Amino acid sequence: MKCAMPNPRRKQRNELGSGNAHRRALLTAVVAFLARSLPAGRWISLAGSVLTLVASAVLMAAVLDEGVIAAQMSNWDAPFGITLVADYLSAVMVVITAITGLATAIYALGEIPEETEALGFYALFQTLIAGVTGAFLTGDLFNLYVWFEVMLIASFSLLVIGGGKERLDAGIKYVALNLVSTLIFLSGIGLLYGVTGTLNLADMRDAVAEAENQGLITVIAMMFMVGFGVKAAVFPLFFWLPASYHTPYFAISAVFAGLLTKVGVYALMRMFTLVFVGDVGFTHEILIWVSLLTMFTGVIGAAAQTDFRKILSFHIISQIGYMTLGLALFTPLALMGGVFYLVHHIIVKANLFFVAGLAKQYAGDTDLNRIGGLYKSAPLLAALFIIPAFSLAGFPPLSGFWAKYLIVKAALELNMWFVTFVSLLVGLLTIYSMTKIWGMAFWKPHPDGIDPTPDRAPARVTAAMIVPIAGLALMTIIIGFYPEPFVQFAETAATQLLDPTDYVTTVLGVQP
Amino acid sequence: MEALTAIVIGALTAAAVYLMLARNFMRFLFGLVLLSNAANLTIFASGRMTKGAPALVPYGEDAPLGVVGNALPQALVLTAIVIGFGLLAFTLALAFEAYRRLRSVDTDEMRYAEPKEEATK
Repeated sequence: MKCAMPNPRRKQRNELGSGNAHRRALLTAVVAFLARSLPAGRWISLAGSVLTLVASAVLMAAVLDEGVIAAQMSNWDAPFGITLVADYLSAVMVVITAITGLATAIYALGEIPEETEALGFYALFQTLIAGVTGAFLTGDLFNLYVWFEVMLIASFSLLVIGGGKERLDAGIKYVALNLVSTLIFLSGIGLLYGVTGTLNLADMRDAVAEAENQGLITVIAMMFMVGFGVKAAVFPLFFWLPASYHTPYFAISAVFAGLLTKVGVYALMRMFTLVFVGDVGFTHEILIWVSLLTMFTGVIGAAAQTDFRKILSFHIISQIGYMTLGLALFTPLALMGGVFYLVHHIIVKANLFFVAGLAKQYAGDTDLNRIGGLYKSAPLLAALFIIPAFSLAGFPPLSGFWAKYLIVKAALELNMWFVTFVSLLVGLLTIYSMTKIWGMAFWKPHPDGIDPTPDRAPARVTAAMIVPIAGLALMTIIIGFYPEPFVQFAETAATQLLDPTDYVTTVLGVQP
Repeated sequence: MEALTAIVIGALTAAAVYLMLARNFMRFLFGLVLLSNAANLTIFASGRMTKGAPALVPYGEDAPLGVVGNALPQALVLTAIVIGFGLLAFTLALAFEAYRRLRSVDTDEMRYAEPKEEATK
């Protein structure tokens, strides 16, 4: 840990500011932990989330202005020190993390009970955000591992916080499988260091390309694919996800659903565009099949469920497939779709879990057989559900339509008819699940013959929960109606991924 | 030395996999400890083995004289051990709490988050 986080006071002021976002979240975590027993803890968390968002916006502005930027920690020059790098993909991921973090911080004001707050909920939550942000920004392989661990230990605690048999059971499975994947990832780092002698990702690109034993490199690449695949919840490594995501508080499962699996996808995208590009015909071909099976099994699993959150959990898996498919097809258009999908999905999926939480608040349960009548008694919530749900299924003109459109178009351009077919089929089956939730939770009358009453909870609580839902829904609509700047952004991000010359020269400081 | 280390890593991994295939969560956890050690040894070995040459810079010099052990993997292993220790301590606490509340460490009996189909009907 010491080598990963040098003392901020000793560090000289970082002129590019790329280190600021995660440091701010971490600082917030410390303060929030100290103030955990005070009622002020939640406001500190909220203020910290706002500051993180501001810092990430500054970072984004810098990246838009200058292209790829890098910061060397403690002034140790790359490849010897730890480098933080922000290219377009990293910057947008940091911004979207900050947005999700802020939305969750607001939502948690309404949902999280005081006993849980006193256990240090906000400190853990901010640590999680810090870990995720750090993982997006780091340009060093071992540092990536450290950020993964920061994120994992926070997520373990958040998953079981509040106790209860379900959560403990889910926690055991989540912890066990994630630790195994971490160890595979760690062994992969060891072996890759043994072959290349470096940990800096930019430096590693050339070292891997020049390595004599390319067969060994491919083996290591597969270890990374398995390690990150577990985190990203791809087929057949996703079993921890549907076993655990429906048990914690809704705010927590929303932030997990939005961010954690995406860190795995991001790490796959980074490693398999920057480092492991020597044997694309083999590694990316595997990824295509993995992606298709992920999409299909996820959506079929969702069709079999009747719990609000379990359906959504299986849909995470199915949507992860689209993102990895964008990476696997490995054309500019496909990667562009993958990046776009990543951003769109975080917003939409976190939002759907938020809606599930509010639906439970109103109707008393998440099992669709035991709730109903929400359309009649809470038309606003129904409207706010429809937006992310249709976006997830890919209805124009919402954000999900453009994301799917780009991926499908990329597959068509490669004449991959089967891939196209599966992508469209999974989209159709997604509509089936969403209409199932709509029909059972919103349209049909409540099975107990009562009207779910929005005024069961205090108005302050409902307000704190509905504000982030409305905010994220608004973002979905904005991306849907004005996709042009976002698509252009994703295009540049994809170009940078496929041709990381900028990335490498910025990190290593070599002028071409 | 390399061959011996490789055999040790292999043996540790094999033992870990054997333990982790058990239904008992405690056995799984011990397997995880072994696997974690195997991963640490892998990192250590990847820095190349040099005998009896610590990475020390003599007084008045800028760089160590002659061939010395690679200090970076040692630092990595140290970090990995610390992190691994923290995670395993947490997992052990979780297992204990689960045993207290669920009265079992048999993962087949842990069906609270995903109840069997007939149990829900």
